[in-house]
Amino acid sequence: MAVIVRIPTTMRPLAGGNSSVQLEGATLSEVLTNLDATYPGFNDRLFDETGGLRKFVNVFVADDDVRYLDGLNTAVPDGETVSIIPAVAGG
Amino acid sequence: MPTFRDLLAQAKAEITEIDTATAEARIAAGGVVVLDVREPDEFDQGALLGVIHIPRGHLEAQIESRIVDKSMPVIAYCAGGVRSAFAARTLQELGYTDVVSMIGGFGKWKDEGRDWKKPVVLTAEQRDRYQRHLLLPEVGTVGQAKLLDSKVLLLGAGGLGSPAALYLAAAGVGTVGIVDMDEVDASNLQRQILHNLDRIGDRKVDSAKKTLTLLNPDVNVVTYDTRLDASNIIDIITGYDVIVDGADNFPSRYLLNDASVKLGIPVVHGSIFRFEGMVSVFDPKNGPTYRDMVPEAPPAELAPSCAEAGVLGVLAGIVGSIQALEVIKLLLNLGEGLSGRILAIDTTDMSFRTFKLKPDPANWVTWANRDRIEVRDLDGLCAPWVSH
Repeated sequence: MAVIVRIPTTMRPLAGGNSSVQLEGATLSEVLTNLDATYPGFNDRLFDETGGLRKFVNVFVADDDVRYLDGLNTAVPDGETVSIIPAVAGG
Repeated sequence: MPTFRDLLAQAKAEITEIDTATAEARIAAGGVVVLDVREPDEFDQGALLGVIHIPRGHLEAQIESRIVDKSMPVIAYCAGGVRSAFAARTLQELGYTDVVSMIGGFGKWKDEGRDWKKPVVLTAEQRDRYQRHLLLPEVGTVGQAKLLDSKVLLLGAGGLGSPAALYLAAAGVGTVGIVDMDEVDASNLQRQILHNLDRIGDRKVDSAKKTLTLLNPDVNVVTYDTRLDASNIIDIITGYDVIVDGADNFPSRYLLNDASVKLGIPVVHGSIFRFEGMVSVFDPKNGPTYRDMVPEAPPAELAPSCAEAGVLGVLAGIVGSIQALEVIKLLLNLGEGLSGRILAIDTTDMSFRTFKLKPDPANWVTWANRDRIEVRDLDGLCAPWVSH
C-alpha cells in the first residue's frame, strides 16, 4: 500500500530535498507516522502539543481537506496523493 | 431579376414574424435570446435590454460564436422589421431552428412605450484600447463598461499588487485603490514591477499611481499612504467591489478578512513563498473565507517571511496576474471562480493543483454573524473578536 506525499518547499530540507515521497499506510495517521520515521522532524511541523494537526497546515487526501473527512483517521487509498500545504503570508 | 420587394416577400414567406406585444411576453417568460441586427450608431441611440448586438453585415460571421446553441429561441429585431426578416432567414439557413422576426422593430417597440435603454457608449479611444476585450463575447461593450465602472482595492503595491494593479489598470478597471505605507527600495525591483530605479525612495503609492496613470488615463488611482489598521480599514475598504489581498504578513490578512466579511466584500487572496503560491477567492456572502483556510496563524518561527526566506520574483508575477484574472471574473460574473477552491502552484515542477475549501463550522467570522464581528488589530495573535 504505497501512497505519495507531496512535500512543500519549506519542509523539503527535512525530506532530503524531495518534492514528494512514497510511503506505506492505509490511514493518514499511518502515513504521517511513517513520514516522520523515515524523515525525522515532520511531527514537529505537522502536529501540535495535543497530537492534532496544526491549524495552519492543511492536509489534503486527493483534493479534500482531511479536516472535513476523518482527520488523522482518514483512509488513504493505495496510490492516492497526500498534499501538505502550510499557510504562507508572503506578498 | 427579382426586386427588393420580391426578396423581402420571399424572406417573409419563409420565416415567422411576431408582434411587439408577443415579443415582450416571450422575453418576460425567459429562455429566449434577443438579437439586435442594426448598425452600431443606431444601437447606441437605444436598444432593448440584455440583447446581443450583431450588425446584419457581421451576422453570418459572428452568430455562431455568440449563440452557440442552434435550438435556442431567438427574437431578431432591427429598426422597422425589414433587416430582421432577412436576418431571421439567414439564421434559419445556418441551422437555427427557432428564430422569429419582430414586426415594426425597435421603432414600434419604443413608440409603444415598452422598456428600452441607451446602451453605454465607449469613446473612440476606448474602443481602440479595449478592442481585444470587445471582441470577447463574454466581455463586449457591456462588460467593458462594467469594468470601467468598477472599484478594486489592492492591499499592497508590492510583489503581488504590482502585476495585479498593472493588469487591472490595463483592463480598464475604473477605480484602482492602493494601500501601502512603504517607500520604494532597491530590493523591491526584483519583483515589484510597478516601480523603477528613478523611484527609489519615493512613496510606493505615488510610484504606483504614476505607472498606472501612464499606462491608462481612464483609471482613477486612489492612494492610501498608510498602514491598514482597525481604526481605518472600514473607511478605506467601504465602497470597493473587490479587494486584492497582496499583504505580506498574517495579521494584515486576518484584519482584512474580518473587515471584508463584515462588509460582505469579496477578497481575492494570493500568497507566495519561495517557489510556491496560493490563490483563492473569499466571497463572504457565497463561500468560505480566509479563516476557513487558515484557522490559526503559524508562530513566527515556523513562518519566515519572504524578506527572510526569499521569493522568486516571477512567482509574484504569476500569482498576482491570476489574482487580477479572478477579480475580472468576479466583476463580470464570468466562468468559474476560485471561491471554495484553493489553487496551489509549485513552480519547481510547474504543477497547478486545486483543492476544495469548505466553511469551517468553528469559524464565527461569517457574513451571518457580521453584526457581531469586531474588527480589531491582531498583531501577534490573529484570533477573531466576535461578540457573543
